[in-house]
Parts: sequence; C-alpha cells; structure tokens
Amino acid sequence: MFEPRIVAFFCKWCTSAGADLAGTARMTYLPNSVNIQVMCSSRVDPEHILDAFRNGADGVLIGGCHPGDCHYKTGNYQTLKRVTLLKKMLTELGMESRRLRLEWISAAEGQKLARVVTEFSEEIRRLGKIKVRQL
Amino acid sequence: MRKIGVFVCHCGINIAGTVDVKAVVDLLKDYPGVAYIQDYKYMCSDPGQNLIKTKIKELNLDGVVVAACSPTLHEATFRGASESVGLNPYRTEIANIREQCSWVHHDKAAATAKAQLIIKAAIEKVKLDEELQPVKVPITRRAMVIGGGIAGIQAALSIANSGYEVVLVERQSSIGGHMAQLSETFPTLDCSQCILTPKMVEVAQHHKIKLLAYATVEDVSGFVGNFKVKIKQKARYVDWDKCTGCGICMEKCPVKVPSEFDEELANRKAIYTPFPQAVPNKPVLDSAHCTYFKTGKCQICKKLCPFDAIDYTQTDTFIEEDVGAIVVATGYELYSLKSLPEYGGGKIVDVIDGLTFERILSASGPYGGIVRRPSDGQVPREVVFIKCVGSRDPENHFPYCSKVCCMYTTKHAMLYKHRVPEGQAYVFYMDVRADGKGYEEFYQRAATEDQVVYLRGKVAKLYRENGKVVVTGIDTLSNRMIEIKADLVVLASAIRPAAGITELAKLLKIGIDQNGFLTEAHPKLRPVESLTAGVYLAGCAQAPRDIPDAVAQAAGAAAMVTTLFARDYLYHEPIIAGVNTDLCSGCGICVGVCPYAARSLNRSKGVVEVNEILCEGCGACVAACPSGAAQQKNLTDEQIHQMIKAILT
Repeated sequence: MFEPRIVAFFCKWCTSAGADLAGTARMTYLPNSVNIQVMCSSRVDPEHILDAFRNGADGVLIGGCHPGDCHYKTGNYQTLKRVTLLKKMLTELGMESRRLRLEWISAAEGQKLARVVTEFSEEIRRLGKIKVRQL
Repeated sequence: MRKIGVFVCHCGINIAGTVDVKAVVDLLKDYPGVAYIQDYKYMCSDPGQNLIKTKIKELNLDGVVVAACSPTLHEATFRGASESVGLNPYRTEIANIREQCSWVHHDKAAATAKAQLIIKAAIEKVKLDEELQPVKVPITRRAMVIGGGIAGIQAALSIANSGYEVVLVERQSSIGGHMAQLSETFPTLDCSQCILTPKMVEVAQHHKIKLLAYATVEDVSGFVGNFKVKIKQKARYVDWDKCTGCGICMEKCPVKVPSEFDEELANRKAIYTPFPQAVPNKPVLDSAHCTYFKTGKCQICKKLCPFDAIDYTQTDTFIEEDVGAIVVATGYELYSLKSLPEYGGGKIVDVIDGLTFERILSASGPYGGIVRRPSDGQVPREVVFIKCVGSRDPENHFPYCSKVCCMYTTKHAMLYKHRVPEGQAYVFYMDVRADGKGYEEFYQRAATEDQVVYLRGKVAKLYRENGKVVVTGIDTLSNRMIEIKADLVVLASAIRPAAGITELAKLLKIGIDQNGFLTEAHPKLRPVESLTAGVYLAGCAQAPRDIPDAVAQAAGAAAMVTTLFARDYLYHEPIIAGVNTDLCSGCGICVGVCPYAARSLNRSKGVVEVNEILCEGCGACVAACPSGAAQQKNLTDEQIHQMIKAILT
C-alpha cells in the first residue's frame, strides 16, 4: 500500500497543543505526517508549502487556532487568505488542491486532530503519489 | 559545521515502548552535524541532565537536541541545563517524540521511522540556530481591577496594601456588586452590608486606589507588564468634583424608575445613587428617564443643587491608563426568569429569584425587612424554595452546578422562618451540597431547629390559581405526589457570567469556557491566571463561587500581581522577527500584517523598523515579506526549508 508523506505545520498555541493533548489522551492516528511547529499558522509562507511539494511531500496540512481565537489576534486570517489563494494556484498548476488542507484545531481538540490527520492521510493515500516536475 | 549532541529519552516505556530508541541512535549517529548521540532512560532526571551537561563541556558542543516529551513540559529544563554550562539556551531544541509520536502510534516500525524524521528536523533547526538573548522589558507597577464587587474590592485592596497603585473600574455608579444587595450571609448570618461597607469605604479612602465608577473598559492593547487600557467614563451629568452627595436632587427629582438595586420592588429617581451606602456616594443622572432629556423641561435638580454640580452637557469621555497587570472580577448575574418558561417565565409576580428575596429580607430593603410578597404585600404563610433552577439541567439549560444555591436557599428558608415563625418553608432539592466550613451544620440547623421541610425531587408544574402559586412535584424519597398552594415561590436560578463578558474576554485575549465563564490557565494548578500573561481572574467571572471563595481567589490573584511586580524586568522571548535592512525595499506590506503595530516604516531610510518589545514573534510579517528581508529569529525561511528537506529525504 502506498504510504504518503505529509508535512504538517502546526501553530504552537492551538494545533500543536491539540496534538500534545491527543498524545496525552493516547488517541491514535496514522503516522504519515511529521509536524513542524511554528509560532502561528501565519508564519507559513506559501513558499514553504511549495517547497514541501517540490521536495516530494504528497500532502501539506496546516493547523491553526479557530477564527477569533488566534493567539496573535489575526494571524489565522492571514493564513486563510494565503491558503485560499494558493489552493487556486495549485489548481492552475494542474495539481490537486486537496493535497493542501487548512484546519482550525484548538488546544482542546485532540480528538479532532487525530481525526483530521487520519482522514487527510487516507485522502492523500487515495490520491496517490504526487507528480511534480522537478524545477 | 556545528557540533551537535543528540540525547534520546526512553521516558521509561513511554517512548521506548513504541519507538526503538536504540535503532534511532544507530541510524542517526553518522548524520551530518551529529557529534554525539546517546539514549537514556529518563533524560529529565538529574543523571540525564548531567549527561547533557558533561557532554556539552567535554565535546564543546554548540547545539543540543533532546528527543523527548513535548517542549511545553521540559524545554525550560533542558535549556536551563545547557545554559548552566555555558551553551546559549536557544541552541537547545526539543524533538517531540512522545506526545506527537510514541503515544499516538502503535506500529513500532512506523513510529521509529517517524521519530527519526522528527529528530532530523530538529537537528537541521539547531544547525542554524543563533545565540539569542531574551528581550528585557520594563514593568509598569500599577494594576487594574475590572469589577468592583467583593472579589474586585478584595483584589484592589490586597494589591494597594502591598504598596502598588490600583485602578479599579466599575461599570455601575457604586462599587459593592451583588454582595451589597444581600441581606445576611451564610453560614454565620452576618449582615452583608455591615461586613461589606467598611471595605467599600477603605477602597474609596485608599490613597493607592483610583476608583473609576460608572466606567467601562473599551480597549486593551499591549502585553504583560505594559498594558494600555482605554476606559469610557460614562456621562454622569453630575460634576462629582462639585457634588457633595447631599441628596437634594434625588429627593426632589419627580421621575420614578424601578430600582435595579431593589430588583424592581421599589423605585429610584432618575437622578440617583443605587443605595444609601453607595461608594462613591454621589448620584448619576439616568438620561434615558430624565424629563429634561426627554422634553427639554424640568431642570429641578439643576435649580435646587446648592453646588451647581448638575451639568446636562456632560458627554462620555475616554481615559487611557497604563498598567502592568489586570485582574478580571466582573462577577455574575442570575439567569433571567424569562428564560424559564417551566417556572412561569417571569410572568407570575409571586415567583421570584434569589436576589429579589434578598431585597425582601433586607432590613434596608423595600419592605424594611418584613417578609411580604410582591403581588399584594401580604406576609406569605407558605413559601416554596426551588433549587437547581436552570443549573444541573443539561437538556434544557446549563449542565453545571451554580454552587451557592444550596446554602443561600437554606439561609433564605431559615431567615423566613425567623421572621415568620408560624409560616412554613418547603425546599425542593436534587441534592444538598454543603461542602464549606460550617455549611453542613448550617443545613442541619435549618432542617431540624427551624423545621424547614426538605422535599427531594423536581417540580413538575407551577401555575397561578386564586392568588396562590400552585407547585406540584414528586417527593422521590416517599414516592408521593406533592401539591403545595404557595403564597410565594423563590427560585434558585443559575449563576451566569455578567453580561458583556464575551466582549471583554476578546479585548483581553482570554478564553471563555463552554458555559460562558472565563477560562483559567490550568484548572488545578493555575486557577487564578488566564492564559494571557498578566491577566488574572477572580470571583464568579471564572466560575460560580461563594463569598469566602471569591475573596480567597481575589487575594490569590492579587498575590500573582504583586509577584509579577516584585521583579525589576520581564524577559520577553527573543524569537522575534527582525528586518534585514539590506534586503528591505520599504514596501510596508509587513506593517499592515503585524497584529501588534510592532513594525513601522521609516520613510527617510526607506526601510521598516521593528519595536522588539512589541513584537510577539508570530511571524506573519515574515511570510508576507516579498523580499525575504523579514526573518524570524531561530525560525528563518532557511531553517524551515532545511527542516522540510530533512523530513522528506
């Protein structure tokens, strides 16, 4: 079975804390993703996402605080704008925009985190290996 | 090339049970940059930390990766260990292979492979980590307390008595809160006002307390040690500098308005103080009801004021206060009877809530302490008290216990019996929770000495009939249907956080729980802190609680504030976003993205400048910068790029 490789960018305050909670509560999810912790989801430059795809990531998951709950007030709104735009661009480039997913996961939502990671891993598994022409 | 030491923790079997630690060590020992790699059973133990310290010294390591639990737990531990032997703490990174790996995966091979990737990414990050120094931030040693009920009063007094200035903001025209409305307090039956008013006066006279009554918080900016709070001073239409509180205006004002303080059982005037012992004891003019404001005529108060203190032209004004810490003590309100259709929905006059009954019982209340019912002023002979109204009712209202109702209902029933010995008091209850000091004894006294009848069960129906309120329910202990034709029904309705709490929480960037109360930083170990540094919680804003608990929590919050103020400086994380002026084109995109106004465009130099104290290090500007001039310290684009590569190769 194809095992996708996923890079996940989680904000420190909500989603990464949610991932810690999933661990503490011993929830399980698929091991296909590796997290890079950023202070805020707004730190994620579209460049990083493309960088991950270029380096062979089959999917990129971004986790931030719920709208209105951003630790940095408005960072997640920047993320939302950037991801929305980038998804359109990925489509233009002939890629499945579903390979990029943005989720709001709070520090209390360990269960949601586990569900999202597993769901996303399975979806990327169905999509198959990424085909990106080396630039 | 950096010389990096990698220390892999077993955490007993917490990590080693799923991740093959030995294999990880074996696979990474030749990874570029790794000068030393070792596993150990408990890296956070003293021998574990000593291993790290020894190897830093012995091998002259200039970077450390500890693969262990979440950085929220032991990042500070390991950074401290590195620092103690001279390695800059910001060159020690944690690879979280427990919460985000060994605990969430069962497949040993997959977990081991993933742990390796996590560690590789951390190694790549450390390779480019700079030596950083924490940013030194001065502290404004001045506190703000929002809310002037008993919790806010206690917090303000405790802080002020430690020698620090306090700004106390209260939205009503007097401090005192709901405690000022109470008749007597459980379990001692102290007169509430008698024990509260001296504290109110102490606040008014304290030279370290600046009391802003009839004022609300409009905006909060800044951060711990350095908040800026914008406060709206609502127009009082009375110049308090001139007013002496003589009361002539209140006496002569012809307009009567139902008194909020007396729960609308009596009237106040359009120009009024909420109660005679108000602090400050100066009136405000309620422009919504004032004849002059409505018709342009009257002006009786203005004509009669001996000090020319009435000023109809006053407008709301805004004040800005600099404070280093904020205590939120905004208190509670009772769940409105209008939201309780099963109990008459507030339409039956003789079905009242607990605070209304307090005013009926109060010696200074509208009936002078004689128990009368609101509809006809008769002394009620049969009174039914119902507990858990709206509380512990997840299907229809709220799931939580309001905590104070068991005891205040006991007190109500007892006080009623003391005033009307021939009358009968019934209490419908689900449980009697008498968990405080002297509370169980108090309840026993009511049930035995004062012969209050306790009926275990919920009320099924309640309706008005021939001037009585018929209450039917089941006594589940005797399994009998009960029907009582009551003269008065008192509902112990749920405690709700005070109106406006959601908006205030947003301004303060603090959390709200599923029931609308403020969230503490940790339910057990940090019960008086919010998750925002420098913002503390006291009283019913956080959860329903009685007076002794509110006072204790307020004193605890005050202690947190004074602990903060005891330091000379605060140290701010140096992981902030700087500007490479060689690359910056001065486009200013980052200025608009920054949520903290930490960035500004220097037009003469044509570059953006950063206020390091204001920068919180979110990195939004870095992602927005089109030229790569904005870079976050120790999380640069290059570091993220290397981490991505490490994960994917």
